[in-house]
Amino acid sequence: MTVPLQTQPDSDDGTAGMGSAISRPVALGVGLSKAFGATQALRDVSLKVHPGEVRALVGRNGAGKSTLVSILTGMTQPDSGTIHFSGVAAPPAHARELWQSKVACVYQHPKLIPTLSCAENLFLCGTMSQRKLISWQKIRREAREVLDRWGLDIDAESPASTLTVGQRQLLEIARAVIQGSRFVILDEPTAKLDGREAERLFAHIRTLQSQGVGLLFISHHLDEIFEICQNVTVLRDGQKTLDRPITGLGRPELIEAMVGAARAAAAPTEQSVADGANARVRLDVRGLNCAGCFQDVSFQVRAGECVGLAGLAGSGKEAIGEVLAGLKSSNSGAIVLDEAALPGSDVARHNRAGVGFVPQDRHHDGLVLGMSIAENATMTIPDKLGSAGFISPWKQADFAQQMIGELDIKTSGPTQPVSDLSGGNQQKVVLARALARNPAALVLINPTSGVDVASKTSLFGSIRAVAQRGAAVIVISDELDELDICDRVLVIRSQRLTREFVRPWSGRDLVAEMEGVAE
Amino acid sequence: MNQSTVNAAGSRPMPRTFRFKLNSVALLPAIVVLVIVGSFANEAFLLPANLITILQQSSILALLVLAESLVLITGKFDLSLESTVGLAPMIGGWLITSTAIGGSGLMLNPYLAIGITLLVGVLIGAFNGFLIVRLGLNAFIVTLSMLILLRGITLGLSSGKTFYGLPPEFTYLGSAVWFGIPASIWICGVLFVLGSLFMRYHRFGRAIYAIGGNAEAARAAGIRVERVTLIVFVVASLLAALAGLMLSGRLGAITAQQGSNLIFTTFAAAVIGGISLNGGKGSLVGALTGVLLLGIVTNILTLSQIASFWIDATFGAIILIAQSIVRITGGERSQS
Repeated sequence: MTVPLQTQPDSDDGTAGMGSAISRPVALGVGLSKAFGATQALRDVSLKVHPGEVRALVGRNGAGKSTLVSILTGMTQPDSGTIHFSGVAAPPAHARELWQSKVACVYQHPKLIPTLSCAENLFLCGTMSQRKLISWQKIRREAREVLDRWGLDIDAESPASTLTVGQRQLLEIARAVIQGSRFVILDEPTAKLDGREAERLFAHIRTLQSQGVGLLFISHHLDEIFEICQNVTVLRDGQKTLDRPITGLGRPELIEAMVGAARAAAAPTEQSVADGANARVRLDVRGLNCAGCFQDVSFQVRAGECVGLAGLAGSGKEAIGEVLAGLKSSNSGAIVLDEAALPGSDVARHNRAGVGFVPQDRHHDGLVLGMSIAENATMTIPDKLGSAGFISPWKQADFAQQMIGELDIKTSGPTQPVSDLSGGNQQKVVLARALARNPAALVLINPTSGVDVASKTSLFGSIRAVAQRGAAVIVISDELDELDICDRVLVIRSQRLTREFVRPWSGRDLVAEMEGVAE
Repeated sequence: MNQSTVNAAGSRPMPRTFRFKLNSVALLPAIVVLVIVGSFANEAFLLPANLITILQQSSILALLVLAESLVLITGKFDLSLESTVGLAPMIGGWLITSTAIGGSGLMLNPYLAIGITLLVGVLIGAFNGFLIVRLGLNAFIVTLSMLILLRGITLGLSSGKTFYGLPPEFTYLGSAVWFGIPASIWICGVLFVLGSLFMRYHRFGRAIYAIGGNAEAARAAGIRVERVTLIVFVVASLLAALAGLMLSGRLGAITAQQGSNLIFTTFAAAVIGGISLNGGKGSLVGALTGVLLLGIVTNILTLSQIASFWIDATFGAIILIAQSIVRITGGERSQS
């Protein structure tokens, strides 16, 4: 394993598929494919990172970025394809230590051991683990040197938990480089950084570049990609849709590669059922604030209207939904449903007042997996299933059976545990739970995430039907498919509503607004 | 997560009357085997008097297992139950006995003392619940501390002495016989029947299962997770106080060590009976079979005149064997 330090990033744009003969790429993946069950997560993707190159990896949620990173770091075995690091074939799957010496990945949430000191994190967890005796003096001295070199003004002996996120990331990158990695993956490193910290990270990235390290840079902020990267690889639905130098690349072209040409151009085709301005306002959100989540959010939803709240992860969009559902408390502002103010931070009362809620993650707070479909679907309405708090299993099963029919849940019956269902059918049970009380307002966060196409269509139909019955529907999402069922879309960026899109809108504009690159 | 896409309309759900979960009585074959073994080991085993003895001796443990099962299904722990078994009747007894035998000399009305005994249970449970639910302390540490603290108060209050000469009203529940069967067995049986129905058919019982299964999902569905959890701690301690009252009544005395080490057997019976330490799984009927299994084993060992010193070792072995069998026959991997 030789490391070509002397080479500069060549001008190869990757589209030809053949690298320059002079510089061996620090990472070369060829024809990588991976399927999870019926889902083809990655299809014949090739990727090359040369020494001194910063390559951007871009794609929307579910495009296959995580799978690719997982394969490149040896956490997942590809179904087919090969990986070479600096011309040497990738180590076998079980050789974790060898993988760590080839490639380092820095995640949004740094994976340091928070209770150990910076010095220990730098050395003990990696290169020095082979040594039999620990020389604390030596470790501290070497750690001090590394921290100085990286411009980190921190005590080598302070525990990693006392560092800021930015400092932790730099420490992780430093550790990777100490361990000899010539290939570093940065997975959304700036998501939790402020502007100054991000600038410092970029400065270090440039230093690493000049030392011949190759980096793969993943970010949702397209600005950063134009600032720091030389080349870009775009994934969509597990396939590579673009692979070219950044220079001369227009933003529309980049977004088109991310969302698909047809999608970028086409406006949503579904017809609005809302009777425009004539329908009465059912949900009125006035000056809602939630410290650290979102600021000054006001909007109205009319009967029969379906409104999208679009934003990237971290924009604060999920928190709005959770406040509406009473799961999270707001600091100020009012939520008025059918002319009655909701009390706030009380899920049961919000539910009885008419708010149905589909939470973001069905495994985290949507379902009790060990319980039956009937129990999950009726969890919000125990009062309707009998008197004095007793639940009639007959009523429960009848209700569930009705929901199974209405939402087309594929199951052997209402008593089947939801853990036996497919993701799509599980999500339908979460929707059933939200619809159990025939809500006046239905709030859904990422209602079709991790759901197969057939279930998606069925879920969209069910959600539209709820709007048609006169409910106010709010879809909180960053998926164009999910936003397409909306009559209008409000974009939230950096905790504030920034713009409203009314039909017909273009997917390209919407994504550009969410990503914050609108011209 | 592959799912058999059975057509909902094509297959009828199982008749409701047969939907009784078989896995909740998975121990039944083992109990049958033990009964057969017992009847061969000693002809006295199957005599009604002996069977009643087994049930009566199990009734205190059964109440504690009922209490612990509620807490475990909620996904929490309560180690302090065994000390509540000691402290609650000790306070009651202290209020109704003369200074001559170490009591307070207040000579309170025994019925009032019973009420106070149960109230002590409620207060202990509320305090546990407050620390765990409101302050967010770890249930294991809180109830371990309470186990030590309450036992210490019991010892301090009694100076380590035993209270004899309790009024008959105070010992009634533990010593009375109704229709030829001790009252404690009746009470225990009724509480288990009510408890099982409540857990199966009442929204509060289902909320307990939902919280233990996924507290976040329960909260998002409008279940008041904190309140339910707190009430469960209160009910569990109340049951422990009742168990203590019955134990004192049976023995006709209150010792400072009453209930000591009972928590280990309680956990053993609950776990053997299929209550998951991860919460959300298990049934009260299953837990009761765990109690009966241990009760029968104890009885057989006693009848066979095996030194009682070996009973603990036997219990330990049974728990390990039972868990291994559950694991091998495809049960879930319990937490490490």
